[in-house]
Amino acid sequence: MTITLNSKIPAGSINDKWNTYKEDAKLVAPGNKRKFKVIVVGSGLAGASAAATMAELGYQVDVFTFHDSPRRAHSIAAQGGINAAKNYQGDGDSVHRLFYDTIKGGDFRSREANVHRLAEVSVNIIDQMVSQGVPFAREYGGMLDNRSFGGAQVSRTFYARGQTGQQLLLGAYQQLARQIGLGNVRMFNRTELVDVVTIEGRCAGIVTRDLVNGEVVSHSAHAVVMATGGYGNVFYLSTNAMACNVTAAWRAHRNGATFANPCYTQIHPTCIPQSDPTQSKLTLMSESLRNDGRVWVPQNPDETRPASQVPEAERDYILERLYPSYGNLAPRDISSRAAKRSVDSGRGVGPLKNGVYLDFSDAINRLGKDVVEERYGNLFEMYERIAGENPYDMPMRIYPASHYTMGGLWVDYELMTNIPGLYAAGEANFSDHGANRLGASALMQGLADGYFVLPYTIGNYLAPMLNKPIPGTDHPAFKAAELAAQARYQGYVDIKGTRSPDYFHREVGRIIWDYCGMERTQQGLEKALSELPALYEEFQKDLRVTGDTESMNQTLEKAGRVDDFFQLGMLMCRDALEREESCGGHFRAEYQTDEGEATRDDEKFAHVAAWEWTGDPTKSIRHKEELNFEAIHLATRSYK
Amino acid sequence: MSNHLKDLKLKIWRQSGPAAKGHFEEYVMPEISDEASFLEMLDVLNEGLIGENKLPVVFDHDCREGICGTCSLMINGQAHGPERSTATCQLHMRKFKSGDEIVIEPWRASAFPIIKDLMVDRSAFDRIIESGGFISANTGGAPDANLIPIPKSVADAAMDSAQCIGCGACVAACPNGAANLFTAAKIAHLNLLPQGQAERYKRTEAMVETMDEYFGSCTNHGECEAACPKEISIDVIALMNKDYRKSKLKNRKEISRN
Repeated sequence: MTITLNSKIPAGSINDKWNTYKEDAKLVAPGNKRKFKVIVVGSGLAGASAAATMAELGYQVDVFTFHDSPRRAHSIAAQGGINAAKNYQGDGDSVHRLFYDTIKGGDFRSREANVHRLAEVSVNIIDQMVSQGVPFAREYGGMLDNRSFGGAQVSRTFYARGQTGQQLLLGAYQQLARQIGLGNVRMFNRTELVDVVTIEGRCAGIVTRDLVNGEVVSHSAHAVVMATGGYGNVFYLSTNAMACNVTAAWRAHRNGATFANPCYTQIHPTCIPQSDPTQSKLTLMSESLRNDGRVWVPQNPDETRPASQVPEAERDYILERLYPSYGNLAPRDISSRAAKRSVDSGRGVGPLKNGVYLDFSDAINRLGKDVVEERYGNLFEMYERIAGENPYDMPMRIYPASHYTMGGLWVDYELMTNIPGLYAAGEANFSDHGANRLGASALMQGLADGYFVLPYTIGNYLAPMLNKPIPGTDHPAFKAAELAAQARYQGYVDIKGTRSPDYFHREVGRIIWDYCGMERTQQGLEKALSELPALYEEFQKDLRVTGDTESMNQTLEKAGRVDDFFQLGMLMCRDALEREESCGGHFRAEYQTDEGEATRDDEKFAHVAAWEWTGDPTKSIRHKEELNFEAIHLATRSYK
Repeated sequence: MSNHLKDLKLKIWRQSGPAAKGHFEEYVMPEISDEASFLEMLDVLNEGLIGENKLPVVFDHDCREGICGTCSLMINGQAHGPERSTATCQLHMRKFKSGDEIVIEPWRASAFPIIKDLMVDRSAFDRIIESGGFISANTGGAPDANLIPIPKSVADAAMDSAQCIGCGACVAACPNGAANLFTAAKIAHLNLLPQGQAERYKRTEAMVETMDEYFGSCTNHGECEAACPKEISIDVIALMNKDYRKSKLKNRKEISRN
C-alpha cells in the first residue's frame, strides 16, 4: 500500500478554517442517517461522547468496551480539571491564547489547524457539560470557579473537586446510557477488539473477542472510530489503569494505519513514588496541587532531618529557582526533568530517596487548613491512604511517572487515519498535543473530538456512500481475520512455557523506562533495540497461559496485550532514535543547552513522524508530515 | 521501610462459571510486604498459581485508585474490607497482621450473578441509569454555562451524591440486596440541579421502578452507607422516596394528557 499523508487542512486564515470546513462539509439528511452503521471502540470521554452524539443525530451506533460497563473507562481517573477559553475570570484569556499556550506547551510539534479548532470548541464543552448536569465547582454567587494549571498564566481550568474526569465521564456515560435506553446504541460490554478489517482500501469493520466466553465475532460498518486511549502501560508501572493497552490502535496500525510520534510520551511530575517491588501501578497526585504546593529538595544530599525541621535557607525550591515566572506551575516535561535531576544528584527524599517534596505548609499558613482541605481534601486523603503519611503535617513525596501518550494513530484534520473510514479520537490519536500535553487538556481534547468534531467530519465521509452496499461479515476478509485471531489466542495457550504475561510485561517495561523514558540517548536506545527482540523471542517461546480460550481468562487477555506492547515498544525506541533533537517529552541527552534545556532542531524535525507497518516493528518505514506554522512563529520555549 | 506479613491464610471463593457449583479453596501466602495493596497481594497469589500450572483467581479491577468502581470483594464478610471509605483497590496490607485468616468472596446479591470466581455481572446498574439517570440535553445548542447560577451549597450537595463510583458495595452489604443508595445517589445528583428539574419526576419514577425490577427492597438497615467507599449518605434515599411519591401525582397529569 502506498501511504499518502494528506492532512486536509482547510484553506483560509486560522480563525476561519473550522467554520469554512463545516460550511463545505457534505451532509446526510436526517432520514438517511439511520441507513449508516458506525462502530465506536472504547467508551471513555471521546468514545462515549462521539457515540451519544452520533446516536442523537440518528446514526446506528455499536459501542464496544472491554470493561463491564462503559462507565469504567480510564478517563474517570483524571483529577484536576478541563481547560476552556471562557475568560470567566476576566484575566485576559481568549481562544487565541489557549491555542498559543497549547502549541507552545507542545513544543511546536503539533498541527496548528487542529489545535486552533480545539481551542474554539473548548467553550462549547463547558456549556454542554453544565447542561447535562456536571456539578462543576462554583463560587458563592453561583458562578463557575476556575483555577490555573501548568503552562498557563490565566485561570481557565474548570473542575469538580479532585474528580473532574469522573464527573465528565459520568456525564458522557449518562448521555450514552440514554441512547442505549432509547435503542439507538447497541452496547457490547466485556468485548475486546482483536482485529480491524479493511476491504478494497477502506475500513469495513472489526473483529472482537467476547471476554466471557471467548467467542470471536465480526462486525461490519460504514465507519469505525477508535477511541481506545493511550499506551502508557508499555512502561509497566504507570498511572494508567491496569487494563489500558495499545491493542486496538496496534491492530489498526498492523492493517495499514500509520502510527505517529510513538516516542512522545508524557511523564507526569507529581506521582507517589514506588515503595515496593510488588507494586502494580503508580498513583498520580493532580497537578492542580502545584497551585499551592511548593516543590523542594534539601540542599544537602545527606540531609536526615524531617522536612519541617530543615531550615528555609537549606532548602532548594527547584522550580521557583529555575523558572521564576512560572515557578511551580512549569509544564510537565520540564518539572519532571527537574525532579529527576534532583534525585539523580542524590538529593531525593523518602526512605528510598526516590522523590522530591511537595510542601503545603505555606499554603496552610496563608489560607488556613479549611481552604486547603476544601481544594484538595480528597487528594490528601488518597495520599495518606497510599503512602501512610498525613500531608497536612508533612510534605507529600512525589516523583514523575508515565501518565499520558501524545503519540498515537496518525489522523488528518477530520480525525480520519490514512485508512478511509477509520477514525481515531481522544488519546488514541496523535493530533493536538505535539510533544507535550498541558494539564487539563486531555479531557478537553477527548470531549472536543467526540462531541464537536467527529459528528461533523463523519457525515462528510458517509454522505457519498448513501445507498451503496458495504461488505458484510460473510466477506472472506472477515472470515480470515476471525481465524487469525482465534489462532493467535490459541497460540498463547499452546506455548506452555514457564513465565507469566506479567513477568514479560515487567521486563519489557523496565527496558522501555530505562532507555526510552524521561531521558534518552543514542546508545541507550540502540541497547533497547537489541534487548527487546531477544526478550520478545523469549516471550514467544516461554510464555505460560493456564486455562483455555473458551472461558473468562484474564491471563490470556494480558498475553495478547503484552504481545502488542512488545511491538509498540520497539517502534517507540526507533522513533526516539531517529528524532535527533529534544522536544517536549522527548528528551535526548545529546541535544540540550548548557543549562540542560531541550534543544529542538526545527530545520530537520519540524514534522510528524508517521510509521508504516512492514511486518517487523524494527523495520517500519518512517513517513513525514511537515508542520507549517503560519499563525505562530516558531520560538524557543521558555518558562523562565 | 516496609515490613513483611507472614503466613496469611486465604480462603477464596472459586466458581468456574455462572451455573457451576462454587466452593472455598484455601491458600497460604508465606510472605507479603505491608506496602502492597490487597489486590497486589492477589496478583502475587496468581503469579504463584500460574507457576504451579493452576488457574489464577479471576477478579475485577482496573484503576486501582478507588475511582473506576470496577473492584469489589467481600473481605471477611465486609464489602471492600475493613477500612472505612476505602475501595478494595486502595486497601493496603498494613491493615492486616501476620497469621490472619482472610475470607474473600464475590459480591453477594442475586442481582449480581457470578461470572467466574470473584467476578460478578453488575449490568443491572446500567439498566437503572439507562431508564432515566441523565438529563436529556442533546449535543449543541446548550446555553452559556454561567447563564443559570447554581448556589455553591446546591452544587456541593449534588457533587456529594455524584461521587458514587457504581461499585455495588451498597447492594452487597444490604441484607435485602437493595440498590436504593446507588439509585438515590444519582437521583439526588440530578434532581438537586436546576438543569435536572424538567425531567425530575419522570426520572425518579422510571429509575425507582427499574430498580425494583432487579433488586430487593430497602428496609432501612443502613449497611449501604457504612459500606460505601465514597461515604454517600442515606439521606439521599429519603429524597428519592419523597420525589417518588410526588412523581405518582405529577406524572399522572402527564399520562392524562397523552
